[in-house]
Amino acid sequence: MTDDTNVNPIGALSDPMPSAPPRSQWVAVWQQFKTHKGALLGGIIFVIILLAVTIGPWIWPYDPTYIDIRARNQGPTFAHPLGTDQLGRDTLARMMAGGQVSVAVGITAMLLALVLGSFIGVLAGFFRRLDGPLMRLTDLFLALPLLPLLLVMVLLFRDPLNAAFGPETGIFILIVCAIGVTSWMPTARIVRGDVLALKEREFVLAARSIGTKNAQMIIRHILPNVLSPIMVSATLGIANAIITESALSFLGLGFPPDFPTWGRLLFDATDYLQQYPERVFWPGLAISLTVLSVNYLGDGLRDALDPRIRGR
Amino acid sequence: MLTFTVRRLVLAVPTLLFISLVIFLLLELAPGDPMAQVPLTVPPEVKEKMREALGLGQPMHVRFLKWLVQFFWVEPQVLFDHLFGTGFAEGKLRVLSWQTRSPVMDIVVQRIPQTLWVVGLSYVVGVLIALPIGIYSAYRQYSIFDQIGTFVSMIGFSVPTFFTGVLLIVIFSVNLGWFPSIYDTTHKVTDWDSFVFQMRQLAMPVFVLALFNAAQISRFMRASMLDNLNQDYVRTARAKGLGERAVVMVHVLRNSMIPVVTVIALGAPQVFAGAIITEQVFKVNGLGHMLIGAIEANDLPTVQTLTFIFALLIVLFNIIADVLYGILDPRIRYD
Amino acid sequence: MKIKTLMLGAVAATTLAPAAIAERGADGHVNVIYWQAPSILNPYLSSGTKEIEAASLVIEPLGRYDPTGALIPYLAEEIPTLENGGVSEDLKTITWKLKSGLKWSDGSAVTAEDVKFTAEYCMHPEGGCAQLAKFEGVESVDVMDELTVKVTFNEAKPNPYGPFMGGQSPILQKAQFADCLGAKAPECTDANFAPIGTGPFAVTEFKPNDVISMEANSMYRDASKPAFATLTFKGGGDATAAGRAVLETGEFDYAWNLQLAPEVIANMEKGGKGKTVAAFGSLVERIEMNMTNPSSDLAEGERSTAAHPHPFLSDINVRKALSMAIDRELLVEIGYGKAGRATCNLVPAPAIYASDNTDCLVQDIAGANALLDEAGWVKGADGIRAKDGVKLSILYQTSTNAVRQDFQALIKQWWSEIGVETELRNISASVFFGGDPGSPDTFQKFYADVEMYANNFDGTDPEAYLAQYTCDKAPKPSSQWQGENINRFCDPAYDELVAELGRTGSLEKRGELARKMNEMLTKDSYTVVPLVDRGRVSAHANTLGGVVLNTWDSELWNAADWHRIK
Repeated sequence: MTDDTNVNPIGALSDPMPSAPPRSQWVAVWQQFKTHKGALLGGIIFVIILLAVTIGPWIWPYDPTYIDIRARNQGPTFAHPLGTDQLGRDTLARMMAGGQVSVAVGITAMLLALVLGSFIGVLAGFFRRLDGPLMRLTDLFLALPLLPLLLVMVLLFRDPLNAAFGPETGIFILIVCAIGVTSWMPTARIVRGDVLALKEREFVLAARSIGTKNAQMIIRHILPNVLSPIMVSATLGIANAIITESALSFLGLGFPPDFPTWGRLLFDATDYLQQYPERVFWPGLAISLTVLSVNYLGDGLRDALDPRIRGR
Repeated sequence: MLTFTVRRLVLAVPTLLFISLVIFLLLELAPGDPMAQVPLTVPPEVKEKMREALGLGQPMHVRFLKWLVQFFWVEPQVLFDHLFGTGFAEGKLRVLSWQTRSPVMDIVVQRIPQTLWVVGLSYVVGVLIALPIGIYSAYRQYSIFDQIGTFVSMIGFSVPTFFTGVLLIVIFSVNLGWFPSIYDTTHKVTDWDSFVFQMRQLAMPVFVLALFNAAQISRFMRASMLDNLNQDYVRTARAKGLGERAVVMVHVLRNSMIPVVTVIALGAPQVFAGAIITEQVFKVNGLGHMLIGAIEANDLPTVQTLTFIFALLIVLFNIIADVLYGILDPRIRYD
Repeated sequence: MKIKTLMLGAVAATTLAPAAIAERGADGHVNVIYWQAPSILNPYLSSGTKEIEAASLVIEPLGRYDPTGALIPYLAEEIPTLENGGVSEDLKTITWKLKSGLKWSDGSAVTAEDVKFTAEYCMHPEGGCAQLAKFEGVESVDVMDELTVKVTFNEAKPNPYGPFMGGQSPILQKAQFADCLGAKAPECTDANFAPIGTGPFAVTEFKPNDVISMEANSMYRDASKPAFATLTFKGGGDATAAGRAVLETGEFDYAWNLQLAPEVIANMEKGGKGKTVAAFGSLVERIEMNMTNPSSDLAEGERSTAAHPHPFLSDINVRKALSMAIDRELLVEIGYGKAGRATCNLVPAPAIYASDNTDCLVQDIAGANALLDEAGWVKGADGIRAKDGVKLSILYQTSTNAVRQDFQALIKQWWSEIGVETELRNISASVFFGGDPGSPDTFQKFYADVEMYANNFDGTDPEAYLAQYTCDKAPKPSSQWQGENINRFCDPAYDELVAELGRTGSLEKRGELARKMNEMLTKDSYTVVPLVDRGRVSAHANTLGGVVLNTWDSELWNAADWHRIK
């Protein structure tokens, strides 16, 4: 709805002279993306967050787990711009180290849930024969109590994963899988609902009448049209994964206790809300910023990928 | 549509039986022990005796069958007795909780009022504010309203309820003293004053939960509306001279409802599952509190029963959603 | 001096602040909050602290422990001792006499039959009674007359105050529970939720795991008590919220066990609505050393069993160095504030059993380093000590709890300063303290090098507590990993002392033996490394009078004396 002015009334009637060789599709997507200010800003913030959490710890001199008990509960100082926590650990260092874990878990777990959910949703919606079994499977997963399920996963897979990948990667894989496996169901149900309606539409009928194969049909015609609920699921999914991770560590199912993550920092700081409100503020801000930037990024991407909007 | 609904309902029975078996096996496999909360000063021999008294010595299949009979045969009889004053269930063993040693269903019935008040109300409020926000944000995409709506809903979703809840308590209970920080579950609404008190104690938990729910639903509403606003049929509708209101509120809205219906139907059973963290923060002690307490205490009969009721609702709302799809979009065919 | 004389003396010294209130129910309503909610009001079916303390408002034992750990009579006329002839010379029988004129809250008389029935109820083989240990060794309980009951043990009992003493074994009304014996116990929901009692309050409504409404017991033996007409006992939430409700918003009058960081409590107290009270019992937060090898390279069934000694913790120098590197005073300051005291003892109280060992209180990193150097543990290139290819690399586990995680982080850092590498793990309490033999994460299985938790003993006598460390009580696969000797400590000399303690009646001698055993486990072998003697902090409103915190019995032991300060 942004711009509908500057339309030359006779422009549609005259054949425009090609002034440049036709642009490739991806250039067009980029051109469209650039015009979306929110998306651009979101992208920039997201990149800054990524840089801060990946490169930051290399530059910043403090170790996130180093305890300096004499410097505990400090407000912002020159040495500790974000202050220190109840054991005298540097909050900035912990924010950066925590961000690494939270962003990585958030994005991978979200992608896993998204891929799994979209896959199952598309299959269930598109192939009538698979609909019943797949949706009953979804019901089953929705019904399973999360906590015992996670306990069982930890029990069964922690030691083998630790042995195969080492303790840190092992627990990372475990947590990502745990969150992914327990949060794909809404996406699947939403995608299926959309696909059910889409496959009755005229353009699908038209595609089928020219002999389009099922795989082609799904990739070319169905998927692009369910992109927007998937994008929303993605942004909500990241927030969900970051928060779930903090709940997991709180329950003793996640990373080792000295391993900071944003969710955990936020949770630990809630008790100190009245004395040291800034301790809650930073991790809260970081999570919100990440989610917001991904949201705008997703918005922009969706618009850019939609040929109906592109070029308007 | 009717045959479809009937067929789905019939098919739901074996599905639910299977789900109950899987839940049972999962709980069996999960590590944990109902004796975990017993103090360490109690010697192991006594703990072993207590486990036996809970029936843990029996083989797994016997315990599962017992639960099935108790849940599907005895409990309905109890309900029947309660409604009609008959005595079918007398002397029959009901599903007993390991923590309270009392029938699980009695506690569920006790917890339903506060759960419906808090979680149910917040869901309704959430949906009611989410739909208009979603529609308007999409219609005026990138307007100030849309930007603020996006921002608030993203904050609402990304900041966990354990934080917003505590923040509200600190501001409104500790500093301002407007609302009670602890929900009084014994409170009964009898007159205007008690109703006002009920509203005051509901205000904070409902706000926290409604914000969270509204954030989610409004995002899906907005995205789906945006998809449809650019469709050819919208142009056609406008071209044939329909008013803007009719175009958006009738044509576009109806076609955009499918993902929203899914999301709402997914969330509705959650109302009965309770909101674990919010209930904990405000001491509402609803069904969510009951479930998490039972899980922590490894009270398997309670966990099994609650989870199963939850599964029942999920399957039911799934069927409702499927029926609604057919009504919203008659092109969708199931048979 | 015999144990009984000491206790009798303490009875005389008991301090009870008598409230100058004349009329029952004159002070209206009182609100109590426990952040763990009681699920039942029958302590024989659940031994959780929350259940025992909630029930203590309603049902009472024959005698209780007071805040000094001394015995005081409740339903009994006096505490039976050797001196007053209540305990027989051979220590095999104890005879209790009830106060005359006692009434249940339904108006019927309390008789010796009720006491006898209570024992029958708990000792029923199918009942799964949670307090069975209290009745251990009881051969018979006989009614002598209307108000007298005699308990006979099958062997001499130096400490005969197990049955009917303390919050864990209150007296049940026979008329109410007569049909609830054995397997039928859980079916008596009404009785379990609202037992008829003799205590200051009676239940009007019980919502399991949520809230209990009570009213003053009109039959209570002191006609002027309790001062409150009604009481609400709310459960659930977390310690922060409970503290806030009493100290900051003033919605509640009493909050139980505020396990919070000291500064959080201090800040809440600024709210000015209430104050905190603290008292100490026998609860000690400790690090337990695994004397066996928990390595995952060993086959299941071999891990953490006596067949494989620990590769480096079996060296006493390593254990000692680990203990020396810890600054206990700092741990207290950070984690518990006035609810904690640094300690080197497993048995910190009562005074007669507590050793005067204090040499662990000063942190000595240099000394620990020197000790390890001397013992041949040399620092490698990565700063981690090793000897004969064995690295000092420790897996340190505990249950999930904010204070414990802070302790873990601190101790990890101190240990890194003496060249020991530590991996931390926290496990959900419901798994860690559960005895599920299928889980690798229980504290009994101890698939880690060291672990941290807190433990205490019932009542004031540490005999059973110290007897946990005999060789045969080690958890092992053949015992389904059940057992109390978590460290797998095994010393025949210690086993002998345990047997000797079981035979000894003289209080002085018992104290001497207990102190010696305590030292064998702590400063002589560093098998158990005590950290903090944890007291309890509760909070009450400024307007609530008569609160005397008691860690040896239910905290609500004197709720009858509570009153409103105007």
